[in-house]
Amino acid sequence: MIKPLRWLKQGLAIWRKDLRIEFRTRYTYSALVMFAITTLVTVSFSIGGFVTDTDITAALLWIILFFSAMAGLARTFVAEEETGTATALKMAAQPEPVLLGKYLFNVTILLSLTVLVVPLFIMMLNLSIALPLAFVAAVVLGSLGLAGASTILAAIVAKAGAKSSLMTVLAFPVLLPLLFAAISATRAALGGGLAADVTADLLMLFFYNGVALAASLLLFEYVWNE
Amino acid sequence: MLNQVVVKNLSKAYQRRKLFTDVSLTIPDNSVLVVLGPNGAGKTTFLRILCGLTPATSGQVDIMINGQILTAGQRRAQLGLVTPELELYGELSAVENLEFFAGVRELPFSRQQARELLAFVGLKGRGHDFLKTYSSGMKQRIKYAYALLHQPHILVLDEPTSNLDEAGVALVDTIIRQQKERGIVIMATNEPGEVAYGDQTFTLA
Repeated sequence: MIKPLRWLKQGLAIWRKDLRIEFRTRYTYSALVMFAITTLVTVSFSIGGFVTDTDITAALLWIILFFSAMAGLARTFVAEEETGTATALKMAAQPEPVLLGKYLFNVTILLSLTVLVVPLFIMMLNLSIALPLAFVAAVVLGSLGLAGASTILAAIVAKAGAKSSLMTVLAFPVLLPLLFAAISATRAALGGGLAADVTADLLMLFFYNGVALAASLLLFEYVWNE
Repeated sequence: MLNQVVVKNLSKAYQRRKLFTDVSLTIPDNSVLVVLGPNGAGKTTFLRILCGLTPATSGQVDIMINGQILTAGQRRAQLGLVTPELELYGELSAVENLEFFAGVRELPFSRQQARELLAFVGLKGRGHDFLKTYSSGMKQRIKYAYALLHQPHILVLDEPTSNLDEAGVALVDTIIRQQKERGIVIMATNEPGEVAYGDQTFTLA
């Protein structure tokens, strides 16, 4: 079997294991959902129904998704280091499948959060979407990028002392290009911007995902074995 | 064909503190190396370097199977590790843990095989309990099941009988003797009874 397929097969075993543990503990998902719902309700009560500016609503959506992701996605590696299971995993698995498995897990968690939060956001802020397909593409590609960059950052943060507080600080500059593109694409999709503008932003998101995953695969071995 | 572990001029230092310097030794097939030394001498670090979990400051470790030096990826298939700092997943049962590690190692896995392995390490009938409900002795036993799952050529043991009762100590005795017939055992201990297993001993000051 060729190497990437073997990585994927082993990565899927890690993804299944993490999902099984998450299903039993609900630690990561609870942290993300609680943060997202609290922020969403606060935003909704403060400005719901009064804001028609798509610049602000698009930014608010991504602020909620960004900080929700920061609240829980680091857990995937932090838990392995804190409980001592990282040593068992290092002895059994190559670094690349570990990264792939953790990436798939973070993608699953963040997409399932998005499925819950985005419809609520639309409903509570009474939004109308001019370009629904572009909106969905922006949210999905943006979430994939958030999960991808967060995964390698989580691996770095797990080795540090001040784990949870470091995650947001480290992630912000790395995720800034993604957030700009995601906000821009969401704004255009909400307000019916030009199709060409949305396409450029979506392409940016697409390539960000590719670069984030490729760079993570290259760097991860050094982070994991440090 | 030649199977052995060759340690060449191995040194480890944390900043200015030197743990050990210029360690060279050869561990031949069908033998046991016992690493001795007081607390803090670097026994666990030495074992971690052998397993590729911690980088050495200088020197190298060559693991040779059938005359070929293994790459980092190939080493995983030939090394089994039991150490106090290694933990398995508490939210999974023993069978689920073994199933997961078999999956990651791309090994064929059956529940029957898991039951046999668990019975061998003295955990018969406890395979479906979550590991977080296990006692420290039971956790030590499941670590042996984890380490032996892929039938490694080299078994690395750090404090091999810690937390084990009399039956557990007898189990470790069986495992060490069987592993010596199959390959190599490298163990770090300060228990006088375990030093006797060593075909060679090495003391870290």
